Amino acid sequence: MMKANSLIAGCAAALMTVMAGSALAEATKPDMVKIDDNKVKSSLTGIKGNAADGKKWFANRKLGNCLACHSNKDMTSKPFHGEIGPPIDGVADRHSEQELRAILVDSKTVLGKETIMPGFYKIKTGARPAKKFKGKTILSGQQVEDIIAYLLTLKE
Amino acid sequence: MKGSFKLGLLVTIAAGSTIMMGVANSQDSLPAGVTSIKVATPYKGSPLDEIISGWHFRASETQSLQQDDFDNPGYLWVDKGESLWNTVDGEAGKSCASCHNEAAKSMKGVGAEMPKWDAKLKRPLTMEQRINSCRTNNMKAKAWKWEADQMLSMTAFVRNQSRGMPVNVQVDGPMKAWAEKGKEVYYTRVGQLDMSCANCHEANYGKHIRADHLSQGQSNGFPTYRLKWQKLGSLHRRFKGCMKNIRAVPYKRGSDEFVAMEIYLAHRGKGLQVETPAVRN
Repeated sequence: MMKANSLIAGCAAALMTVMAGSALAEATKPDMVKIDDNKVKSSLTGIKGNAADGKKWFANRKLGNCLACHSNKDMTSKPFHGEIGPPIDGVADRHSEQELRAILVDSKTVLGKETIMPGFYKIKTGARPAKKFKGKTILSGQQVEDIIAYLLTLKE
Repeated sequence: MKGSFKLGLLVTIAAGSTIMMGVANSQDSLPAGVTSIKVATPYKGSPLDEIISGWHFRASETQSLQQDDFDNPGYLWVDKGESLWNTVDGEAGKSCASCHNEAAKSMKGVGAEMPKWDAKLKRPLTMEQRINSCRTNNMKAKAWKWEADQMLSMTAFVRNQSRGMPVNVQVDGPMKAWAEKGKEVYYTRVGQLDMSCANCHEANYGKHIRADHLSQGQSNGFPTYRLKWQKLGSLHRRFKGCMKNIRAVPYKRGSDEFVAMEIYLAHRGKGLQVETPAVRN
């Protein structure tokens, strides 16, 4: 009995350590991200975004799918650029890193509630979310940071 | 400076003529059985400046399939519907024709005004629901499933009798509450992508969302042959597909929400001519 108890206690302690460890590496929770003056000041993860990855997420239909709405001269090899939002060319000339972060996290707070653009790092979404996506953000915190890093390369 | 101005002017003229050519093309050609694909002066209170059939937004290859009934794959279902119309089914030993005789006469105009209020049931019925009500009550036959081949065939056949007639669904009297509910469904943002029907089909029709050319989402061509489905499909099937795309749990076919949406959507397309069976991508 003693043995079993101490084993459980040991396991629990180990589990706590693992959880604490992962919590440290986790991104700021979506509900905790503060948008002030149309800006999100600090990185969502504390890890520098990777522009090359961000470029992939930008085009990926299951992730950012940014290309569905925004045309992009940096991706002329890919067919079917969208016409819904403004062309993304030169976006770094128009917005700062902190502004881009705010737009990506929760576009409606920055662009107004009528915008068609989804908030990519937001838990509260439309009604009746599909089970598979319920309570989940469209992008992870790191994917948002990667896309920001990519967007900052788009200067005209 | 002068040079660049000239160049700019030239580009503008070139772009203008391309647009004009596009318009000229779509006016020269029309789908079979209709005389117009637009309502230039929508009803009072319409949220649209111009009501446009989905036909207008499709590629010319897709359009051409609807210009000749021999090329239109949807006619397989219309033809099957005609034979079902004359087929006896159920314990009462009746076919549709037993009571309604020739569909070309008795059903003319019916499909342009569905969904319609049913005084006995005190609710609106879609074409599918009306057909099943007739089958179970009058024919003593089994109800068809919403997306069953027989149901698609019969709805396509009956609505085809109204081809070229303007859509005109009742939205006052007892239908008012249903139309309002449909409007609410239309404008409610749903799913993880947080969009309503209006975000795409009212605010952005005519633009491309990736490869898709956004239409006004009009219902005048349903049931429609979709190249993506490789078969005919109901309007409620299309609703479900749209809701899944924006990562929402779709309502069920025949649910009150979709019936209400169908009423409201028909009203948004008031005056558009019935094109059933339309061909879309």
